[in-house]
Amino acid sequence: MLSFLLRRVLLLIPTFLGVSVVAFGFIRVLPGDPIELLAGERSISPERHAELMARYGFDLPLWDQYLKFLTNLASGDLGTSFVTRRPVLDEFLTLFPATLELGLCAIVFAVAVGLPAGVLAGVKRRSWFDQTLMTVSLTGYSMPIFWLGLLAIMVFSGWLGLTPVSGRISVMYYFDNVTGFMLIDSLLSGQEGAFRSAAAHLILPTVVLGTIPMAVIARQTRSAMLEVLGEDYVRTARAKGLPPARVIGLHALRNALIPVVTTIGLQVGVLLAGAILTETIFSWPGIGKWMVDSISRRDYSVVQGGLLLIAAIVMLVNLTVDLLYGLINPRVRRR
Amino acid sequence: MKTSRRALSAGLAFSLAVVAGGAALAPASAEAKTLVFCSEGSPEGFQPSLFTSGTTFDASARNVMDGLVNFKRGSTEVVPGLAESWEVSDDGLEYTFHLRDGVKFHSTGFFTPSRDFNADDVLFTFNRQWKEDHPYYNVSGGSYEYFNAMSMTDLLKDIVKVDDHTVKFVLNRPEAPFIANMAMPFASILSAEYAQAMLDAGTPEMFDQQPIGTGPFQFVAYQKDAVIRFRAHPDYWAGEAPIDNLVFAITPDASVRYQKLKAGECHVMPYPNPADLESMDADPAINLMSQEGLNVGYLAYNTEKPPFDQAKVRKALNMAINKDAIIEAVFQGAGKVAKNPIPPTIWSYNNDIKDDPYDPEAAKAMLAEAGVSGLETNIWAMPVQRPYNPNARRMAELIQADWKAVGVDAEIVSFEWGEYLKRSKDGEHDTVLLGWTGDNGDPDNFLAVLLGCDAVGGSNRARFCHKPFEEVIQKAKVVSDKAERTKLYEEAQVIFKEQAPWATIAHSVVFQPVRAEVEDFRIDPFGGHVFYGVDLKD
Repeated sequence: MLSFLLRRVLLLIPTFLGVSVVAFGFIRVLPGDPIELLAGERSISPERHAELMARYGFDLPLWDQYLKFLTNLASGDLGTSFVTRRPVLDEFLTLFPATLELGLCAIVFAVAVGLPAGVLAGVKRRSWFDQTLMTVSLTGYSMPIFWLGLLAIMVFSGWLGLTPVSGRISVMYYFDNVTGFMLIDSLLSGQEGAFRSAAAHLILPTVVLGTIPMAVIARQTRSAMLEVLGEDYVRTARAKGLPPARVIGLHALRNALIPVVTTIGLQVGVLLAGAILTETIFSWPGIGKWMVDSISRRDYSVVQGGLLLIAAIVMLVNLTVDLLYGLINPRVRRR
Repeated sequence: MKTSRRALSAGLAFSLAVVAGGAALAPASAEAKTLVFCSEGSPEGFQPSLFTSGTTFDASARNVMDGLVNFKRGSTEVVPGLAESWEVSDDGLEYTFHLRDGVKFHSTGFFTPSRDFNADDVLFTFNRQWKEDHPYYNVSGGSYEYFNAMSMTDLLKDIVKVDDHTVKFVLNRPEAPFIANMAMPFASILSAEYAQAMLDAGTPEMFDQQPIGTGPFQFVAYQKDAVIRFRAHPDYWAGEAPIDNLVFAITPDASVRYQKLKAGECHVMPYPNPADLESMDADPAINLMSQEGLNVGYLAYNTEKPPFDQAKVRKALNMAINKDAIIEAVFQGAGKVAKNPIPPTIWSYNNDIKDDPYDPEAAKAMLAEAGVSGLETNIWAMPVQRPYNPNARRMAELIQADWKAVGVDAEIVSFEWGEYLKRSKDGEHDTVLLGWTGDNGDPDNFLAVLLGCDAVGGSNRARFCHKPFEEVIQKAKVVSDKAERTKLYEEAQVIFKEQAPWATIAHSVVFQPVRAEVEDFRIDPFGGHVFYGVDLKD
């Protein structure tokens, strides 16, 4: 197990370097001059343009800029936003808890709904429930997040008035950030109704962000269940006269979970991608919206630093999933 | 008065909290009159001299700070601010400001001032942006784009503290728009004492992130990308604001802002979707205000490239454009045909000028007279939306079709925005769609900035450098008598119309939805949002 772990960790190094090249290169490949964007219609003299390019180091050869980026990275410095003039890491740490809170709620929602629904659909194959679930999950999977978000706001907040429109908590509540997680901070604040408001604000973005992973998990669980239910050992368990709940719960589900765990792990990337749109619609102050704003402003340091941090998170989650996979399936760790 | 106001506010807070969090009770801290503004984005910071976006100005200069002079609320008129009065020397080279006495800076959790505003603060504000050896010059990246763009570095010769309440600005050349420039956000007065305190504490960058000003609202807290909180400055020199708290709830999507406004989660929202205007207007809970914007959308001809170097050709092409159709299709009625390069809300607007008539036949004849046939050209269309041009692609298509009718084949070209600005500045285009929103309400800010010889290779996309026009606008810049300046600018507009370096397309109408209970909100001609003087109805 130790050598498996070591192998996986060592593999992270070249992956991380590769990601750093992509993160660095991606924003620079896009056309557009950050200094021109800063000036807008106002225009800027060629001398001033050159002065600012030099100040931010944009005039250096690309390899030189990349080396500087790596050297600074080694000392934990991800650079400074050229728009807000604040350190990238500070901004990331301020915003990340919001994305994490939303992402965790979305994944819990996706698993809590997708997994049992997938199991039930697998067991009751071709039933009305199975057919309905497959249709709903296909729709959920194909629905553009932006549209789904706006539709949810119009129906549940606009017409029915059941949920707040956007934000993390009603602006009437004001307390210090302790953990950055609004659910926890609102409880710690002791203000009456604050937790309730924070929870209400989480409902729509959670459902919108969790819909695609939920659909994927439900479909994956269903097909894994179908496969496992057809295996010999399940037939044997049934033939032995084990109660159906035990056959499904102990023999079938445990084995069906192996690919599902991988799928759940992979959904972290999907969630982070979805967060970009979800956060923009719901005015959710997380890293997704931060990245979108930074790309449009060609804020090089934020885009490359932010991408690298996001990639690092995805890699860590994948590593954890690999390790979990190893725990569930001994054949993997021997490979 | 205060009691009933608090009762109402508690009621508002309660209803907001119910909407926001089920049947949540209003928290104790909400028992004050709180106005919520669903702002369109996050400020870059809180220092108007360092940053250039309107979002930053709303969160700093326009509500938290004052200039020596200010723009009167809802107008482009310059009125006394921190300077009670000022004098200009006969040669136009010296401006002496007499500062207001007893003006208090904000006293907050992070800074308590020990003295009132004085001349040192004025010197600090401008020297920081001007003198490279100033201890604050390089703090927070130290680039002062507006200070540079308004040519302050070349213009200023000296700033002299005559006494604690008198400051003299000495200029290198007479500059009539100087007073209007001093009302711009970049010239908002900062606290020298606070700056020193932050420098001593080793955290000078905090000076730009937690603002201290003399303005009607003082900064309380900012949660990045989420909420900015301000409260009324109790010792504001012009009197305390009618509202107790001002909250910016950052909401980037216009449809979501509208939903929040409808749900009562905010009182004021900027930049509505044109598609939502009709339903906003029909909603009794919303007051849809509108005003002509201080802007112009235009198509600039590259006057250095043949055949656009001939005024006759430019004029003919102008006559081939059906501007009414553009207003209808692109602005959906929320715009007015532009005949001059400055909007009608700016003084010296020459209303006697007749616009070029839409007359394709005459245009064809004029092109033939100019010896132009089978012309192939391009129209550059901006990739972004702007108030002066909400859909440049559509506008370009309409112009393309109009020109086709007079035998001109135009290809529509577009680039990424930064690239678009750079290439058009370099003059790569034949014709380019662009526009401008005024900075200070002075005609010079349009005519010299966009059409002056110095601006060729910069914001003068027509690369128009016409001696008679240049002479008039340069003269208007140095004359301090407003009546005389007005005459000169009126003359400049006549020359502009004859020369036609642009097809002036439209001045947009700015829409501002506010909830019905909001009282005395005024649309800022500069596109900002000013909350001093705004109240919430009982």
